[in-house]
Amino acid sequence: MAHLTPTPVLEPGQDRTMILNMGPQHPSTHGVLRVILEIDGENIVRIMPDIGYLHTGIEKTCEAKFYQQVVPLTDRIDYLCPLTNNLCYALAVEKLLGLEIPPRAQWLRVLMNELTRINSHLVWLGTHALDIGAMTVFLYCFREREDILRLFEAISGQRMMTSYFRIGGVALPPPLGFFDQVRKFAKRFPACVDEYENLLTGNPIWMMRTKGVATITAEDAIALGASGPTLRGSGVDFDLRRDMPYSGYENFKFNVPVSNDGDVFARYMCRVQELRESNRIVQQALDGMPEGAIKADAPKVVLPDREKMKTQMEALIYHFKIITEGFAVPEGEVYQAVESPRGEMGYYVVSDGTAKPYRVHMRAACLANMQTLPKMCEGKLLADVVAAIGSIDIVLGEIDR
Amino acid sequence: MALAPAITDLEQLKEHPAIARLLAWNAASVEGAKFDRGETSILVNRSALRGACVLLRDHPSCAFNFLSDVTCVDWYPSEPRFEVIYQLLSIPKRERVRLKVRLEGGSPVVESVTSVWPAANYFEREVFDLFGVRFTGHPYLRRLLMPEDWEGHPLRKDYPVEGYR
Repeated sequence: MAHLTPTPVLEPGQDRTMILNMGPQHPSTHGVLRVILEIDGENIVRIMPDIGYLHTGIEKTCEAKFYQQVVPLTDRIDYLCPLTNNLCYALAVEKLLGLEIPPRAQWLRVLMNELTRINSHLVWLGTHALDIGAMTVFLYCFREREDILRLFEAISGQRMMTSYFRIGGVALPPPLGFFDQVRKFAKRFPACVDEYENLLTGNPIWMMRTKGVATITAEDAIALGASGPTLRGSGVDFDLRRDMPYSGYENFKFNVPVSNDGDVFARYMCRVQELRESNRIVQQALDGMPEGAIKADAPKVVLPDREKMKTQMEALIYHFKIITEGFAVPEGEVYQAVESPRGEMGYYVVSDGTAKPYRVHMRAACLANMQTLPKMCEGKLLADVVAAIGSIDIVLGEIDR
Repeated sequence: MALAPAITDLEQLKEHPAIARLLAWNAASVEGAKFDRGETSILVNRSALRGACVLLRDHPSCAFNFLSDVTCVDWYPSEPRFEVIYQLLSIPKRERVRLKVRLEGGSPVVESVTSVWPAANYFEREVFDLFGVRFTGHPYLRRLLMPEDWEGHPLRKDYPVEGYR
């Protein structure tokens, strides 16, 4: 973060170029991203993202909390897909503990995770189109997003910072009628995607603003650490859900959309197709939802049911112990990666055998994706920077942590 | 699913393609290895790090073409204090491996891998910012997240979680 530096970070090379400051409060930066641009007329000579304005030291805070207390912190990293963060952290700690998660909890996790992906992509689609100048799509996207947030509220009591996945399972059983509501949404949703596509995919203005803009090759994308739709938009067929499955994703059938052009339109197509694929996974999860427990059978780690606490001495003792002194996790380290809506989200958790994590590191997909921005924009037009930033779907909370 | 004990014996692990490659290249480069909870970690000699990375990226039997993450763990007050951790991913082989380098607390310096994977740029800047580990050969080693005039490195264990320093 260089905002305190009195001199500009970029030295203007010649008299021809000038330094232009974009942000930190530019509407298209989705948060507080500052981009320093060196421009020659309308062309970009150099571009340098300046991040860190939202740094809150979450990784440091995690080291002072019990393992279960970190879950609400993970929501706040990537606030558009809180459940993906919950999932990644929970999977990492469960791997450290060697916990087996019952199938119903796994399927619930997949179901909620895909709804989160739809939610996140809807926000991306709406704001990305808004940045480029298409106002209407935003309103349609937020109409569907509102339905998903209501589903989140129904199952977890919270619209955004859900903290629904816990270590060892999920927090609560879904309420009566929840699956019917999800089914109703999943049935209606493909028609909504058609609606967005009608507004954008064939729209000549949209195509002019996105086709051939901010291109990046597959080699560059891999070398720069890009993942998720930013990588698949350049023709690399890799999706962690399919290729290195976790949390029962191997039981689901879905396609991984790939486009070869590597431009803004290709990334747009990948994400819009992903909306449909996620909806398919949601339907499969609903159809095959197994019965059974929603928490692992590990009384020392998982909080007991409220009912048991009132009737069983043991349960009350375990509850008290978990709340007051946490649970010890065997020594070791794990790196757990999941496919977030933005790419590879990874949690590296180190345990020293105590009840608090020794180190929690989040691998932010956006941070790596952000590094592709200079490759995408240098030598191109200034107006396309906004399209490029939108197309890598940045969330500053995740970048800065 | 009970936890299987970690395998730390190099003899048992030398069948692993990445470890076998490294041993064939330079036996002194591998200081140790661990297979724990389905994940392989290789402790690499500090001076051999960049060479090992190039080898693992380019050799067809490994093909670790994607650098997922670079991070650091501070083991204060024990020495060597810092452990820099590289998470490698092979997209064609669908495999992961973790490289580690141990650094002394006095002057933690390691060679940058930005020339091997340009993705390391931001990751190394972040480690420099939050831990004070310096990467030689990095093109632009400046603070990434904290303000430029910040004193200290917040993720070090001797840096307090709250309150004034």
